[in-house]
Amino acid sequence: MTDAHFAVAASAAPAAAAVSASGVRPKMAARNLDFYYNGFHALKGVDFDIAEKRVTALIGPSGCGKSTLLRVFNRIYSIYPKLEAKGEVLLDGENILDPRFPLNRLRSKVGMVFQKPVPFPMSIYDNIAYGIRHYEKLPKAEMDARVEQALTQGALWGEVKDKLRQSALGLSGGQQQRLCIARAIALRPEVLLLDEPTSALDPIATGKIEQLISELKSQFTIAIVTHNMQQAARCSDYTAFMYLGELVEFGETETLFTKPTKTQTEDYITGRFG
Amino acid sequence: MNVTPQTHDHIVKSYDDELKRLTGELQRMGQLALAQLEAAVDAVIARDSHAASKIVHNDATIDSLEHEVSHDVVRLLALRQPMARDLREILAALRIATDIERIGDYAANVAKRSIVLNQSAPVQLVGALPRLARLAQSLVEDVLDAYRNYDANKALDAWARDEELDEQYTGLFRELLTYMMEDPRNITPCTHLLFMAKNLERIGDHATNIAENVYFLVHGTQIAQARRKGDTTSVLPLDDPR
Repeated sequence: MTDAHFAVAASAAPAAAAVSASGVRPKMAARNLDFYYNGFHALKGVDFDIAEKRVTALIGPSGCGKSTLLRVFNRIYSIYPKLEAKGEVLLDGENILDPRFPLNRLRSKVGMVFQKPVPFPMSIYDNIAYGIRHYEKLPKAEMDARVEQALTQGALWGEVKDKLRQSALGLSGGQQQRLCIARAIALRPEVLLLDEPTSALDPIATGKIEQLISELKSQFTIAIVTHNMQQAARCSDYTAFMYLGELVEFGETETLFTKPTKTQTEDYITGRFG
Repeated sequence: MNVTPQTHDHIVKSYDDELKRLTGELQRMGQLALAQLEAAVDAVIARDSHAASKIVHNDATIDSLEHEVSHDVVRLLALRQPMARDLREILAALRIATDIERIGDYAANVAKRSIVLNQSAPVQLVGALPRLARLAQSLVEDVLDAYRNYDANKALDAWARDEELDEQYTGLFRELLTYMMEDPRNITPCTHLLFMAKNLERIGDHATNIAENVYFLVHGTQIAQARRKGDTTSVLPLDDPR
């Protein structure tokens, strides 16, 4: 994909200008995105960008569509029947919703981490190596180096380097979640989607994940769904507020949390909804 | 354009109660400071040292209310993690409390000097002081009213009117200098009057600070234009002020 390709996509949708105006290139973008499951209209004409090597937070009350939106970004919905997405989701200008976009390629470029840490029932080492083996055949020394690199990037290496062969299920919740992030980044994705990655963790483990997010954003484009508004305010550069399947407001995090333009956003972030 | 106050209550009702308590404390502080200012000017005119002492004594009530506001602000920030308008409301309350406390101090200073002034013969020029005081008072009334009603336009009007107070102060300053030059026996009372006038002029400055905070509270931005200043006493030439 070329810049020219992106420029065409960007000019088609005014939302792109908002982010590119700040000098940041959109890495992913939703264009007039509608999503239905079992006939329910879950996303309604969503247009927004995920800026490259920045953290974009998605906030909103339960059922507003923020997790659905995140899941459309790596087409994870396609494993379930009766789900349908209309519109476009662009990754570097290419529409990933197009069935011709290979799912394997998409998953290697867009990694995802879920609310509950789900380590595979195998060793810490194999948890990381498992995904890499799926894409690459590496000699042991190289694989060792990749596992170390991923665990280091996941801020876990120091805590697990002497027990790599032990089961990952023996790690604490916070360590398991960092392992899941390490497992996702071991595939060297370009985008990381985090779906409430700290809602099951205590404040210290949460702090470590937030620190990790701030370190990772120099290398990855990150989108995070969170129920914790303070977390969105602390971690993200841009924030999108969603309500009833619509994107109500999107902008720089600082502005959205200090001077939102929409009453709905103001009501939600100040705890006045209803 | 004014932004109407929030229409919805917080889901957690006690948060609303705490915010109401905070703005209530500010209103009480404002009313007290205004009453102190009015009483101080009355005491100057009536040459009533007893009333003046009472005003000096009463200033402690405003100070203790300011401490309550600070305490409540810290508590709200720590326990509620306010966002957006709530955050601005709380920040504005903290700043406005500081300004009202200073207004109270200046009113008490006027009263304190009037006690000294009463020890010398009455000075005719004392009459010019109430005019200055009335203007300062109306500015404070207007900004407190603007605060109570989230009225950024009213705040902006009062903010611009401080220039008038500055000009009156400059006029009084020149007049007092003339009196002092005419008769050196006027120097002591006129110096006290000069300080009292300066106190009133400073009250106007704090009223403009409050206006700026009301504007920030409503719009989330600072007032864009620069304020014209009418107090030119700091650059008046040293030659004959006449």
